[in-house]
Amino acid sequence: MRLSRPARAILAGITALILLVIYLPLMVVLVNSFSTSTSLTWPPPGLTLEWWGKAFRSEGALDAVVTSVQIALIATIVSLVLGTLISLALQRFEFFGRDAVSLLVILPIALPGIITGIALNNAFRTILGLQLSIATVIVAHATFCIVTVFNNVIARLRRLGTNFEDASADLGAGLWTTFRLVTFPQLRSALLAGGLLAFALSFDEIIVTTFTAGAGVKTLPLWILDNLFRPNQAPVVNVIAVVLVLVSIVPIYIAQRLAGAEKVPR
Amino acid sequence: MTVDAPAQPELRAVVPPHRDTIARRGSVLLSKHPRLRLTLLLSAPLFWLGLVYIAALAALLITALWTVDTFTGTISQTWTLDNIITVLTGSLYQTVTVRTVGVAVLVTVIDIAVALPIAFYMAKVASPRWQRILVIAVLMPLWASYLVKAYAWRSVLSQDGIYEWLVAPFGGHTPGYGLPATIITLSYLWLPYVILPIYAGLERVPDSLLEASGDLGGKTGATLRLVVLPMIWPAIIAGSIFSFSLSLGDYITVNIVGGANQMLGNLVYTNVGAANNLPLAAAIALIPIVIIFGYLAVVRRTGALENL
Repeated sequence: MRLSRPARAILAGITALILLVIYLPLMVVLVNSFSTSTSLTWPPPGLTLEWWGKAFRSEGALDAVVTSVQIALIATIVSLVLGTLISLALQRFEFFGRDAVSLLVILPIALPGIITGIALNNAFRTILGLQLSIATVIVAHATFCIVTVFNNVIARLRRLGTNFEDASADLGAGLWTTFRLVTFPQLRSALLAGGLLAFALSFDEIIVTTFTAGAGVKTLPLWILDNLFRPNQAPVVNVIAVVLVLVSIVPIYIAQRLAGAEKVPR
Repeated sequence: MTVDAPAQPELRAVVPPHRDTIARRGSVLLSKHPRLRLTLLLSAPLFWLGLVYIAALAALLITALWTVDTFTGTISQTWTLDNIITVLTGSLYQTVTVRTVGVAVLVTVIDIAVALPIAFYMAKVASPRWQRILVIAVLMPLWASYLVKAYAWRSVLSQDGIYEWLVAPFGGHTPGYGLPATIITLSYLWLPYVILPIYAGLERVPDSLLEASGDLGGKTGATLRLVVLPMIWPAIIAGSIFSFSLSLGDYITVNIVGGANQMLGNLVYTNVGAANNLPLAAAIALIPIVIIFGYLAVVRRTGALENL
């Protein structure tokens, strides 16, 4: 199949159009963060830096960012460990119930968030008799983050095969040494990609969080939900969204570089 | 002394004898017993998922069979099928289920239709440099908060928003808030989750196969239909699981841009919160659970679950 020049041009045009639609609302968010109108009318009646100043002095927002980062970091670490373990088990072993286990990993993301949310809420409070806190949020987030790590790692393991590990064992390395010096380095970029996605997933999660967060726990999405419909806070929320998108370029770029460096020619 | 030293055996590389440490013994034990290795690998994740997730889900399903004491507002553990029957026969629940599934299906179809061309361009046409830029461009909006994006669409589609401003000169009007706005916003929100697996699937299709098809006389359309589509089908299904399931449970977007419309998620939410009727909420939650399990069972054979 050779795509003709016009076909390529049409595809490029469609791609550009889709990206335009993807970025149009984000651009509106960017412009509104400078708008003097608090009800977000278009075109903006005037421009101001007031919201940017307010955003960086808003303690509620900054605290919420810190809380969200803490939760996302711990949930990511837990899901990295559990996701790697489970992908090693499913990729390197044949056993009864293997399909059921792989379904089990996918389930927390495949079932709608509100179901996961009320199920965990009910389990924490009525079955285990726990107070909702920051820990319950972390447990809930880690549960649905496992799948992103799992998918990245198992795909990598499938591609790697076991030749290097076998060679390492033949040369006398123990299991741990083999994992540390042979398997882990080859998994590193897959772990980074999966971990990054897990972090993003946790950082932006609102529905499960609503049902598992204790009274004093304000993650960034919860804070945004509180403030979105307040006239004087909506533009501040826009500022925060813009900053998040800009900051996110760094980890995405690094992950891309790492993935690109290891890419097999197509 | 003129006696030649014998060949020096100590200079030959020798594997040093193993030190008999605990780690070594453990390693030997584990190497000999793959089942033990498997058990150790699986125990922590299964403990977590089984205890945290499956137990919680099971408990929720059991709650659906209980009832709420109308006087005290507490859950009384008397077994009854009333909630299930209410949900199955109530016209409200039927209408909302049809509406929710309809929205989820439409969102999924729109997302796949949009994702296919851009993913194809990214994977097969763009230069490696542009490929990287495009992946970043698709990934970046994921980091703008879900709420902010939904709210941005509220602002875009409002009566004095940018959409009205753009199309009014051509006699168009904004659809306002309602189901169309909900479908647009949900499609927008889940689009990256659909593009990424399809892009990854297309990346795994070797260019040589496309060339072979072309050399054998396959026209572009035939190659896409007979070579590319079967290979990326699991990836498409994987993407659809995201958009379908995420739409099925959503209640926040429909609150922000959906006007007065309700989806299943809203019914669950009101019953947990304002109505304080967890058993009924659990019974309503059964609807999406059954739908998702049905969907997963149908698509399992495509191998899609390995492409998420």
